[in-house]
Amino acid sequence: MSSDTATGAGAQSGRKNRNFDVQRDLPDEVRLANAMDGFVAEFGPTAASYMNACVRCGLCAEACQFYLATGDEKYTPIHKIKPFEEAYNLTEGPFAWLYRAIGRAPELSIDELQDWEELIYDSCNMCGRCTLACPMGIDIAGLVQEARHGMYMAGLLPDRLAYIVSKAEKLHSPFGSPEDFRKTVRKVEKDYGVAMPIDREKADVLLTATAEELEHHPLAMATIARVLNHLGLDWTYSSEAFEATNFGYLSGNSELQGELTVRLIDKAREIGASMLIIPECGHAWGATRWEAARWYGAPVDDVRVRHIVEVLGEAVRDGKLKCEKVNESITYHDPCQQIRRGGLEWAPRAIIRELGMELRELDPHGVEAFCCGGGGGVLANERAAPLRQKVFENIKKPEVEATGAKHFATSCNICELTLGKDIKASGWDKQIESLIDLVGTHMITDEPPLRPGKPG
Amino acid sequence: MSAIEILEGPLWKISAGIFVVFGLWRLAHILMTGRRRAKARPAGSPALGAVRTIFGHFLPSPTITHSSKTWFVTLMGYSFHLGLFALLLFAAPHVAFLKNQVLGFGWTPLPRWGFIVAAEFAFAGLLALWLRRMLDPVVRLISRPDDHIASGLTFLVMLTGCFALGEQSVVLRGIHLGLVELWLVYFPFSSLMHSFTWPLSRGLSGAMAGRRGTRA
Repeated sequence: MSSDTATGAGAQSGRKNRNFDVQRDLPDEVRLANAMDGFVAEFGPTAASYMNACVRCGLCAEACQFYLATGDEKYTPIHKIKPFEEAYNLTEGPFAWLYRAIGRAPELSIDELQDWEELIYDSCNMCGRCTLACPMGIDIAGLVQEARHGMYMAGLLPDRLAYIVSKAEKLHSPFGSPEDFRKTVRKVEKDYGVAMPIDREKADVLLTATAEELEHHPLAMATIARVLNHLGLDWTYSSEAFEATNFGYLSGNSELQGELTVRLIDKAREIGASMLIIPECGHAWGATRWEAARWYGAPVDDVRVRHIVEVLGEAVRDGKLKCEKVNESITYHDPCQQIRRGGLEWAPRAIIRELGMELRELDPHGVEAFCCGGGGGVLANERAAPLRQKVFENIKKPEVEATGAKHFATSCNICELTLGKDIKASGWDKQIESLIDLVGTHMITDEPPLRPGKPG
Repeated sequence: MSAIEILEGPLWKISAGIFVVFGLWRLAHILMTGRRRAKARPAGSPALGAVRTIFGHFLPSPTITHSSKTWFVTLMGYSFHLGLFALLLFAAPHVAFLKNQVLGFGWTPLPRWGFIVAAEFAFAGLLALWLRRMLDPVVRLISRPDDHIASGLTFLVMLTGCFALGEQSVVLRGIHLGLVELWLVYFPFSSLMHSFTWPLSRGLSGAMAGRRGTRA
């Protein structure tokens, strides 16, 4: 843990037993000002329209898994940005000049912000289910992202997330250095017998990885490499720009978010790549595919950002990738950033069809599916684990059980890791599988098949 | 100048002016806030996404149809809004007012029984939602004083409108008109502005989803 953090002590306020962490040594007034500045820093007409549209109907609560699993009204999505909303209206809103004229100032306090840390970081996956539910169409997930920027600027985010962010700032990946990356890739290459080029000077495709994959999921890396080789793509990893997960996006550190995205796009341009492939992580794809233009001030048209599920889905759809038929039932968890916020609902279903599996859909599924509970940095935030577990027990576990499917799979490694932890803690006799791994172990090639946990 | 003449003359013009000027100011402020972010190359149509969300959200999302609260809010919301629009646009005194003071033409007003039915729907919806605002823990937590003031003012405007329907008492008409003017002055500064901001928020979310090839 970084030395400039203090855990949940409420050191400056004297209040105790609350779920908040503090970073950096700042006076309360500075924290408050930073929080507000950070919240509105990137405001445009979209966020402003949201701030002026809420009718307080509370229906967003009916879409939020944290509210549904606990029944606690504090988890109502729009409530999660309450301190920022009040301050926005009084300092930046359409009638801020009037409030100033009559001497009405924001009553936002540091205690209030600290209380809200749990709501903004521990109990929101930024999954966007509340956006679908809101009669006014307010993208509350987007507002929570702005609120996280404010909280980051105030030095009020979970310590675990702050620690990972500090590692990403220093090394660009919490996984480690370029040398650590090269060693790991070489090991996977050797273990699985799959060619995995690194640091080629020119290539058509730049492939990225996630720290989670590098630490826990070598089979997914081997599968992706084998598929790209099978498709005849001219690709490479880069040890200088390998990390796809954007901890700037998750934590609210916009500066880091921009740096990490630009690092990937610039590297792709440097090697002449026209395609940048993001592995399983959903938020990584969202931060790169949908937000890269923000850092360049224009759409990134020369580098096509693609998610691996999109690449695989297209390959099976076009008949370029064939799989052995599994002939067993499967249920699929829709990762929210790939499906609801990403438009890739078709891709995993095309892959499942190619695998010859009987898909038993969860209820709800597709764009309406519930999040795994770990997205949006919640998995990395250890103190949120008990709440996350409650969500799993009350929502996802019964959903999966109701299908009676033999296999339970997903296409996001954060969802997989989250659900795997929750399944273990629950003592449930079920396993979460990776759709990518299923492709890897069943794809038809001239090479020996890949085997989970037992390299070919 | 009598009180009713003041209410019908200068006060009406002032309150209508405040409503228009500050309402437009609020909308302009929203549209001119900050800077527009560059957008990613679209995977789908932002325009179609906007249209789909603007109209699609008139019905409750399948994500929340499991809840009886959703149906209560939806039905009471429609009851209130449709009843209110019927009263606003088709009550005989309103049609006459719009014809004589604003538009120069009119249309067939609601018969008395129609007015009563519309008023019943509007009152039932408003009171049910207001009561829920006070009783439901979620809505109680997120409600601001403004939400209660807006509901209260709207209720009083509707109530005094019913009293003034027969147009037999200048006093009752004056009270109704005075409350309408207060409501108009309060409107641009309050959550009542959702009457004009809803297409913006729905449309912008829908455009974002449309760009991504999904829906909001």
